[in-house]
Amino acid sequence: MATILAVDDSASMRQMVAFTLKGAGFNVVEASDGQQALEKAKQSTVDLVLSDVNMPVMDGIELVKNLRALPEYKFTPILMLTTESATDKKMQGKSAGATGWLVKPFNPEQLLATIRKVLP
Amino acid sequence: MSVDLSQFHQVFFEESHEGLDVMESALLNMDVSQVDSETINEIFRAAHSIKGGSGTFGFSAIAEFTHVVETLLDLIRSDQFEMQAEHINLFLQSVDCIRTMIQELEQGQACDTRLASELKAKFTEVLEAKTSSSGKQTDSPSISPEGGQPSSQTGNSGRGWHIYFKPSVDILRTGNDPLRMFRELSDLGDINVTALMAGLPALSSLDSEGCFLAWEISLSGDIQKAQIDEVFEWVVDESDIRITPLSDISLKDGEKTETVSVTETGSAAPALIPEEKAVSSKPDQKHAIAATTPVAEQSQKSARKEAKSESASIRVGTDKIDSLINMVGELVITQSMLNELGKNFEVSSIPKLLEGLAQLSLHTRELQENVMRIRMLPISFAFSRFPRLVHDMSQTLNKKVELVLLGEQTELDKTVMERIGDPLVHLVRNSLDHGLELPDKRLAAGKPETGKITLNAFHQGGNIVIQIIDDGAGLNEERILKKAIENGLVSPDEHLDPSQIHDLIFQPGFSTAETVTDISGRGVGMDVVRRNIQELNGTVEVESSPGKGSTFTIRLPLTLAILDGQLIRVGKQVYIFPLVSIVESIESQEKMIHRVSGGCDVLRIRNEYIPIIRLWDVFNIDADHKKVADGLLVIVEGDNIKVAVLVDDLLAQQQVVIKSLQDNYKAVPGVSGATILGDGTVSLILDISGLIKLAGVGKESYRKVSDSGDHQAA
Repeated sequence: MATILAVDDSASMRQMVAFTLKGAGFNVVEASDGQQALEKAKQSTVDLVLSDVNMPVMDGIELVKNLRALPEYKFTPILMLTTESATDKKMQGKSAGATGWLVKPFNPEQLLATIRKVLP
Repeated sequence: MSVDLSQFHQVFFEESHEGLDVMESALLNMDVSQVDSETINEIFRAAHSIKGGSGTFGFSAIAEFTHVVETLLDLIRSDQFEMQAEHINLFLQSVDCIRTMIQELEQGQACDTRLASELKAKFTEVLEAKTSSSGKQTDSPSISPEGGQPSSQTGNSGRGWHIYFKPSVDILRTGNDPLRMFRELSDLGDINVTALMAGLPALSSLDSEGCFLAWEISLSGDIQKAQIDEVFEWVVDESDIRITPLSDISLKDGEKTETVSVTETGSAAPALIPEEKAVSSKPDQKHAIAATTPVAEQSQKSARKEAKSESASIRVGTDKIDSLINMVGELVITQSMLNELGKNFEVSSIPKLLEGLAQLSLHTRELQENVMRIRMLPISFAFSRFPRLVHDMSQTLNKKVELVLLGEQTELDKTVMERIGDPLVHLVRNSLDHGLELPDKRLAAGKPETGKITLNAFHQGGNIVIQIIDDGAGLNEERILKKAIENGLVSPDEHLDPSQIHDLIFQPGFSTAETVTDISGRGVGMDVVRRNIQELNGTVEVESSPGKGSTFTIRLPLTLAILDGQLIRVGKQVYIFPLVSIVESIESQEKMIHRVSGGCDVLRIRNEYIPIIRLWDVFNIDADHKKVADGLLVIVEGDNIKVAVLVDDLLAQQQVVIKSLQDNYKAVPGVSGATILGDGTVSLILDISGLIKLAGVGKESYRKVSDSGDHQAA
């Protein structure tokens, strides 16, 4: 089963995402900021990255840039979790190499539907 | 799919409280003239997380309010708005408001949104003032795809759609695979994809990671255009996408183009091998989604219960848990060693046995200490509210104050921490209100304009010491003495040294403030502070020097679970006095004992009359010495009253583990708890103030005695 890296500095969001994904049968690796996510991505093979944008240490945009620079993450889908107002963030994410976004707030159904789009 | 979101509520509440604390302390530390971008970012992130979480977990009132707060923060963050001091207060009020709403939710109530809407109006005002002055748009609420499609085409064609899709060369490098989009489209209806190879460069100059193809897609079925837009949502900005109703364009329109198929197994490099095949397979997605549905339903109820009980939880550092586990391991080893010894015991192995027992007691003691440590939290939990309190109060009082927190990592039992909060608040308020002078008075006295209040905590022996130090005017001894004489606490001709005068402020009904202020004059006096602290088996003292300031020192036991006790014996019974309550012990002499007309005996010592309590009489037990002059008198203090307790013998001083009588039996007057001694017998721990009430030797009789003449006791 596919492994998903869930990155969010908010524990409740991370838990919700992880719980939903695990329930759907995915393996989930969690990280609370970009730096941690980058390290975990290097340690294991991740099929999809779900990342918050605003995070301490390393934010989501930086994470995308750093991941895309790694050969094994050149084409890996990376979805940003953004809020509806942060249009410029979406664009920044896109130009950094993010695949797409999921607008917060989202519910577990929406999360899974989006993931199914990119992970067949 | 129904994941029960309520199971994450508790975590959300906890992290929101943490986020609010972060916001609050960052706001308090902020210097408006020099806004530090990292601080603003920190505040923004906290607000952002709360907004995201509350939206996700369905707390729309909080999400809506936080959104407004976040909008202004975002403007400040991006240097589009200049922060003023008044805005800090607005943000601080918002922090309070969000905190209250979260607390209401935690208690299962609906949010009271009145304050939120008031504040929201203020924010809107600030934002509007900003917008009108600069003419800039503050917020664009949502994006809509800008593919250049006229809105007239959003309707349903009934037959289907023709789509021209030419992605940017970099589409694959963002992890977007055109295959995915075709797959999604194929879920909507029957699809026919034709690849347009015109843009494909020569193989020698081909960038294998680039995408040079375009596609003509015909999609037939009853499909809304919005559904198609959604498929291309992530790539619409970089791609050339044209969507037209199928009836307008003939299916044969793309005749001249070469065709390329796209297969399900195709990788992310679709530019490679041309092949005649159309996409038609539909992935089995719906089943997969449906299969995940019932995951959390069964555990819904239990999760909710857990969430509630968690509210009384404490976070324990993993190092503490690790050392506990380590210690239990040691204990198990010692136990198995003793077991082994017991199986084939010989007289010669006695030294080994003793060694084992010594180890056992060592490990048990370590284990006990470590278990106690679990309940210990750093005092920063109690200190954390003060920056805000001092900030708000100094504004109300027009005083300039700097708050210094020292020893925040000093650990203290959770229960003690919870109960020391209010007395601490009272003392800090008192120092701010009565201690520190107004800026002009301070300058006149040659002191810096900004006053300083220091909260200091440290361990000393088995106690924690908390000091509240101010560099204000110090206690006004003259006024205290005058007031005490007015209240009849002190007789006019009595001579008191400074420390005795200072101590008078802890007497009931004592307040010297010239005007009753909103801050301290709330009818709760220092006597209540002292009583609260004494209930925790602690003490509070004040030191003061005129013009230089005052220092309040609170001493508390580290825990309420263990007590330093003095064992005493009456007849065959062993009782325990809390060591802190003992003033002194004396062998009495006949001439020191006086009898008052009310029937109460008093001890006269150093010109003080102290009522005598006979423990054998109060508890109705046998004693070796029933006459006061034969036994020992232990002078103890409780509720600001000293009493001399007649006992037969003083035994050891030791730490005892307090077992609640109330939980195991019922509340007994004069007894605060029980413990089990080394020999297995139960011993009662005496409650001094309870004992005083039980014996009926309260303040009244003490006063009477002071006034009456001396009568020799029998």
